[in-house]
Amino acid sequence: MRLDYPANIKIIRVPCTGKVDVMHLLRAIQRGADGAYVVGCLEGTCHYNEGNLRARERVGHVRMLLDEIGIESDRVRMYNLSSGEGPTFAAYAKEMTEHIKELGPNPLKKSPGA
Amino acid sequence: MKSGSNLEKILEAGHFAFTGELGPPRGVGAKEVREKAAYLKGNVDAVNITDNQTAVVRMSSWAASLILIQEGIEPNFQMVCRDRNRLAMQSDILGASAHGIKNMLCLSGDHCQFGDHPQAKGVFDIDSMQLISMVKGMRDEGKFLGGGDLEEAPKMFIGAAANPFAEPFEFRVHRLAKKIQAGVDFIQTQCIYNMEKFREWIKRANDMGLTEKAYILAGVTPFKSVGMARYMAKSVPGMDVPDSLIERLKKAGKGKVAEEGIKFAVEQIEEFKEMEGVAGVHLMAIEWEHKVPEIAERAGVLPRPQV
Amino acid sequence: MIVAKRKPFEEIKDMIKSYKSVLNVGCGTCVAVCLAGGEKEVDVLNAELDMARNLDENPIELGAFTVERQCDREYLESLDTQVDKYEAILSMACGAGIQFLAERYPEKPVFPAVDTTFIGVNQDVGWYEERCRACSSCVLGTTGGICPVTMCAKGLFNGPCGGTNQGSCEINKDQPCAWYLIYERLAKQGRLDCIMDITPAVDWRNQTPRTVLQPGYKEPEANH
Repeated sequence: MRLDYPANIKIIRVPCTGKVDVMHLLRAIQRGADGAYVVGCLEGTCHYNEGNLRARERVGHVRMLLDEIGIESDRVRMYNLSSGEGPTFAAYAKEMTEHIKELGPNPLKKSPGA
Repeated sequence: MKSGSNLEKILEAGHFAFTGELGPPRGVGAKEVREKAAYLKGNVDAVNITDNQTAVVRMSSWAASLILIQEGIEPNFQMVCRDRNRLAMQSDILGASAHGIKNMLCLSGDHCQFGDHPQAKGVFDIDSMQLISMVKGMRDEGKFLGGGDLEEAPKMFIGAAANPFAEPFEFRVHRLAKKIQAGVDFIQTQCIYNMEKFREWIKRANDMGLTEKAYILAGVTPFKSVGMARYMAKSVPGMDVPDSLIERLKKAGKGKVAEEGIKFAVEQIEEFKEMEGVAGVHLMAIEWEHKVPEIAERAGVLPRPQV
Repeated sequence: MIVAKRKPFEEIKDMIKSYKSVLNVGCGTCVAVCLAGGEKEVDVLNAELDMARNLDENPIELGAFTVERQCDREYLESLDTQVDKYEAILSMACGAGIQFLAERYPEKPVFPAVDTTFIGVNQDVGWYEERCRACSSCVLGTTGGICPVTMCAKGLFNGPCGGTNQGSCEINKDQPCAWYLIYERLAKQGRLDCIMDITPAVDWRNQTPRTVLQPGYKEPEANH
């Protein structure tokens, strides 16, 4: 199955979304990524029982932190799909890319420190 | 005589006591206090003056008590542990006594969260039990709580509250025993609606010999409306209002509920007069002071004995 | 353990707005366990501050260092070589740790990044409940192991008050009445005699700073 998805996305593989930490997502934005999203298994199907549920909580936490900082929290999102859903993966990638394009570049890139 | 108060004399003489209650105003309206007091004068032996009731700021209890003394009515000065530490309590007791206040009621006090200043820090330096023994120590031993000697002891008739209904029911009578051990002279109970449970409580108190050691005044608050009964049943902690009583009020029909409420109160007072271990009634006619003469008349507690 | 909660971000940001370089010092003991001020929370706060100050076009240099215990002189020592490089210090320790840090570097402005809340227990990850007020006169032996100072809303020593509501406290139906629990537990243990006598007024001497000297030790020289 050869599927097209936007080339601007850099995929970082983790054994389970439960491995994704608040700092990973925060650093991505801090270092200039325009958006970051976590793609986990469908809720209720985690091999480790609740890895994806923890990821969901952490994404929520990061969104709260971005709000505090004054950066659009919707630059960080969580998606869920099953491993057999290649087309859905591509569809989410497109959706996220279009969404971030609407938001524009990471505001930190405009400031001298970034 | 411990204090020589009218209330003490009435009880000592074996008369059935009848006390009332008055909530001070949310301002400096002494006139309002005098107006409410006028309904009580001659109809009760003493009037409880509440102390920032439900944790809402009002004219101080001792100040409103002084207005009552000016009106020729004996106050029962209420003091809660929520708003003062042991220093302030003792100095207020001395001041109150110096101005002729002879009865006081020792209470824990409602939590600040209920009132108009939920941000306030509740003091609770001592609790109601410790307050009772503090007043007794001041009166009988001439000692401050800290151990120092008083120059002239305050002569107070010491009262406290008891809730016969709150859980655990088995412990309630033991808590009454603790208050008596602490040195209480009289008890005014929480508003009674569940007569069956109250009869059981007073029976236990009689069996333990407690009613011989302190005078028990049964608390009565007439219902003005079905809404008030429902509110008391649902939202006032520690209150026990049987469904059958609410039904009875409902059945009275439109415009007749208040009359039914008074009727029930009068029936209660009649029963308390005959009940072993009950030395009197404390009538809390909340914002209904003008009904006190009628209730007293119908309950057959008038005229009040002169002692 | 001592439980703390991080201060709102705006408050922290405002406290240090006039400084260009700040060292954020975490504490690896209680506040790390309760997820308020350990190594990770230092990283998160620094990342937040860094981004926010960049957005404000007022960049800041942030240092991060977490010591094992800020309430212990030996561990604070490891900061001596770093403090000079910064204009101010943020501390994510409890109130005791923050003060000990400020005492060691009296020339440096020190700011609290957490609000110290209570001595409590870990009931679940991220969920802590208060259990002790450090009143200095423990009565747990006679109250069935339930603290009336902490768990009773009025801190009564001779409860329950008339506000007990079918086992709940008058302030809230979800808050159990401490004295109801005390009664139930002592009844089960057959020890109700423990609460049949009056507990006298408490010696509240926890209003002045207290010290503890364990047997076999001496007061430090500096205190004399």
